[in-house]
Amino acid sequence: MDVINQLQRQYVDFLSSLYREGLLDDQFLQIQKLQDESNPEFVNEVVTLFFEDSEKLLHNLAIALDQQLVDYKKVDACVHQFKGSSSSIGAQRVRNICVSFRTCYDAKNLEGCLRCLQQLKDEYYLVKNKLQTLFKLEQQILAAGGVIPIMG
Amino acid sequence: MAKKVKSSNKSKLSALVVDDDGVCRTVHCAFLRRHGFETSSVESGRQAVDLIRSGQKFDIIFMDIIMPEMNGVQATRALRAMGVKSMIVGIDCDLDYINEDFMQAGMDRVYEKPMTSEIAISVHQALLNNNIV
Repeated sequence: MDVINQLQRQYVDFLSSLYREGLLDDQFLQIQKLQDESNPEFVNEVVTLFFEDSEKLLHNLAIALDQQLVDYKKVDACVHQFKGSSSSIGAQRVRNICVSFRTCYDAKNLEGCLRCLQQLKDEYYLVKNKLQTLFKLEQQILAAGGVIPIMG
Repeated sequence: MAKKVKSSNKSKLSALVVDDDGVCRTVHCAFLRRHGFETSSVESGRQAVDLIRSGQKFDIIFMDIIMPEMNGVQATRALRAMGVKSMIVGIDCDLDYINEDFMQAGMDRVYEKPMTSEIAISVHQALLNNNIV
């Protein structure tokens, strides 16, 4: 029982830190609440989809900004999609970079856009790493025979 | 003895989610299913129009606005021109930047993403209210 309690405490502390640091917002909590017996793998599925989508978008953004003549409409389309998906799962800091990114491509500021792309990459890989750690903690709890604590 | 009136078997409300992004489709459908809807989803305005033209009916259509080829406003106009009376709700990011008259196009409501329980509950209630004669 001690092991399970310890793991659960670790999980709660870790997830709390993600909210505190603004990596995740309340939307992620709502996403977790949608997982149930009829949809037991929901969080994992939607987050995996988010990872796949995001990496394609980052790739497309890099290509778009690397052109001789940058098509800012393409940049807008990618960032707009990224904003939608990140806000849908609660990846708050990623979503916030999308907001400042818009300011740069609206002004056709290439240097600003390249800076934003880097920030977007940094925030995305950070939240990806944290979410993967979170899932590992969940697996450890389940393997030890415990249940994953529901927050909030 | 009074005849027992059979209360109608309340079937679920049906929702169509139209969005070119897979994460959004998945999230929108999950919220809607949790709040009493049966859901279908398509990836484009064109697919939505084709599906409904083929005879499928929905109580509500959640329409992403910025989409390639046929955007949500164009799809809404096309559906209204076809005589579609379903509730159509636009949902997207950066609504302030989208220079379109959503209501004039035939949308009943617009929401900023993300989809939430509040949105799902609100539209569910609105649909039930509309069904009361």
